[in-house]
Amino acid sequence: MPAPPDRPSDSTHADGLGRDVLVERPSEALLASELEGLVVDGELIPVAAIEADPKAHRHKLGVGAWLAIVWMALMVGMAILAPILPVGDPEETISAEEIREQGNCVTVERLGREIEQCNIAARGPFADDGGAPGYLLGGDGNGRSMAARLVYGARTSLFVATGAVLVGFVFGGSLGLIAGYFGGKIDTVLTGMFNVLLSIPAIILALALVSFLAPQSSEGAGVDPPWWRSSSMILIYAIGVVAIPLLGRITRAATLTWSQREFVLAARAQGAKNARIMIREVLPNVLPAMLSITLLGIAVAIVAEGALSILGVGVRPPTPSWGNIIALDRAYLLTGAPHIVLEPATLIFVTVLSLNYLGDVVRARFDVREAGI
Amino acid sequence: MSDTRFSEEYEGPLLEVTDVKTYFETDRGVVRSVDGVSFTLERGKTIGIVGESGCGKTVLARSVMGLLPRRGLIREGSVRFEGKELIGLTPREMRAYWGSQLAMIFQDPMTSLNPVMKIGKQITESIREHLDVEKKYALELAESLLRSVRIPEPQRRLDDYPHQLSGGMRQRVCIAVALAAGPKLLFADEPTTALDVTVQAQVLDLMAEQQRERFMAMVLITHDLGVVAGRADEIAVMYAGRIVEKAPASVLFRDMKMPYTQALLSSIPKLADASHTRLATIPGRPPDLVKPPKGCKFAPRCAYVQDRCGEEEPPLTPGASAGHEFRCWFPVGTPEGADALARNVERRLPAALVLAAADTVEV
Repeated sequence: MPAPPDRPSDSTHADGLGRDVLVERPSEALLASELEGLVVDGELIPVAAIEADPKAHRHKLGVGAWLAIVWMALMVGMAILAPILPVGDPEETISAEEIREQGNCVTVERLGREIEQCNIAARGPFADDGGAPGYLLGGDGNGRSMAARLVYGARTSLFVATGAVLVGFVFGGSLGLIAGYFGGKIDTVLTGMFNVLLSIPAIILALALVSFLAPQSSEGAGVDPPWWRSSSMILIYAIGVVAIPLLGRITRAATLTWSQREFVLAARAQGAKNARIMIREVLPNVLPAMLSITLLGIAVAIVAEGALSILGVGVRPPTPSWGNIIALDRAYLLTGAPHIVLEPATLIFVTVLSLNYLGDVVRARFDVREAGI
Repeated sequence: MSDTRFSEEYEGPLLEVTDVKTYFETDRGVVRSVDGVSFTLERGKTIGIVGESGCGKTVLARSVMGLLPRRGLIREGSVRFEGKELIGLTPREMRAYWGSQLAMIFQDPMTSLNPVMKIGKQITESIREHLDVEKKYALELAESLLRSVRIPEPQRRLDDYPHQLSGGMRQRVCIAVALAAGPKLLFADEPTTALDVTVQAQVLDLMAEQQRERFMAMVLITHDLGVVAGRADEIAVMYAGRIVEKAPASVLFRDMKMPYTQALLSSIPKLADASHTRLATIPGRPPDLVKPPKGCKFAPRCAYVQDRCGEEEPPLTPGASAGHEFRCWFPVGTPEGADALARNVERRLPAALVLAAADTVEV
């Protein structure tokens, strides 16, 4: 843009020190647009206020977000509907006789001899031993249907991850809200607690908690523990404790900024009690930040459950979870049946990706709303 | 909450503020935000509190209402509301007063409404906090409140969120929220500062109208003498945490004694001024409230300053008219004051030159 060589003389004048000062004249067009508006009850409402329809921004979700939503709906639907899906029993090994009766035995040539293979263990889409007829996604190392195990595995994995983050959400969220709202000594103590928990490596903390909480072998191996002490629930407690400081700190930080807002003071000036202000005024504003971190947290918890399975403290077999499917048959990855590891790994990968993406979407929408205020 | 606590028969003034001091302990030292302020307010009357930013207006209002954060707060003196002492009450005890007796309107309607709560909800929350009424009835009350603050289509607005309203509308909603439980005393902390000039007068008129209808007392805080002119019964001018001049509104504008009041008034641009007239300013800055200067706090910026002003702090002296008080050794409009100003112009004191140039030395 070329700089105007000469300003018209009326747009400059001398200031007190004799320097020329540029006087910006508001253009008439600007003034006219400001005056446009409706007169309601004697008050001029500018056009901008009338046209600001927040819904215009709200329903713009990208393709990526929709893909993520569809994927998550698929996974959650799969987990919930597992018993009525036509995938069979995840814990059942089909006998060789049954396979032969169904005509699913295959004849393979090995060492110059023809061998009839009726065991479908470790046979799958990528296995050396050929496909496993009847088993859509092949069989695992024990000859169980991978499809069934993945579907039921989704159930366990999502249950454990969601449950764990819910524990963090409820406990971390309320502690963070209290710390941020009241501040002072309460804040110092609670933040200190969060920091102590955060200073312990997460996986070691979870490992220690699982070992500590798991039913002792002396209690009798054959007896099923009550539901609240099942291996899934113990994983929920352990990962939940790890999630508490994460959600606690995010909630505290958001609460800190929101409780400085004037509407909190205004509510106090109207005689509202602290509990009401925290729950009715502050929490709804903090919730988007919490929700965003919750989605990310579920993704991390799914991976954490897998890591704990590989360390041998995951969901107890034969109950399948995505993590323990990988853990149990990880030896097959390099010995001819990589599908057993790759299938659950793919599910974990796409699910974690979707949750991360959705977390970002939630945060972005939260920002949009902030800007709209 | 028993009704006997707020007896309607109480005869004295609604609010008596006596020597209120509000200090904050900080790392730098004790900040003396409000340093011995006294005033009384009768039912249905308005007092305007005027001063530049940082002079302690807002802190005074929040201190009287007991809304300040308690950490590092030193609050002394006496605040009597209908004869009952408020200083020393816990927030739990204050809750009996907040909303139903004392209410406050804040400066910025953008931040004083909850962005994620519907208008109707924000008003009914306030109603139901104090009155034991059904939700449906509370909503009807909210609608009539919105109508009384002149919001068009109140029924529809109940379902709106704050960001769907303009600034003026939002401040009306804030007024409706503050009025919801029928307070006897309303603090309005710069209620129109964040609004367009065109809307300012409407909102102020609306507040005056509601005040008349409800026979409510009001403390109107502003930095703009123009806002309180004609709306306040009494005006108190604050500087550095103290009241430096207090008078019935008509007396103050006719017969101001304090140079600070004069400087404030002359810094309002006049329509009659030619364009590009230099704005009259008050040179310098308000004093550091941690280490306020000895003597008169306004002395370093005053056009009338003499040696004595830096040594001794002037007490509140009664003026000629009833209810007029001011803190000055060389008051405006007196022979001593005129001499002092003349001497300062001769010495080419910047403040005196500004005042002389502004040519607003009205008597």
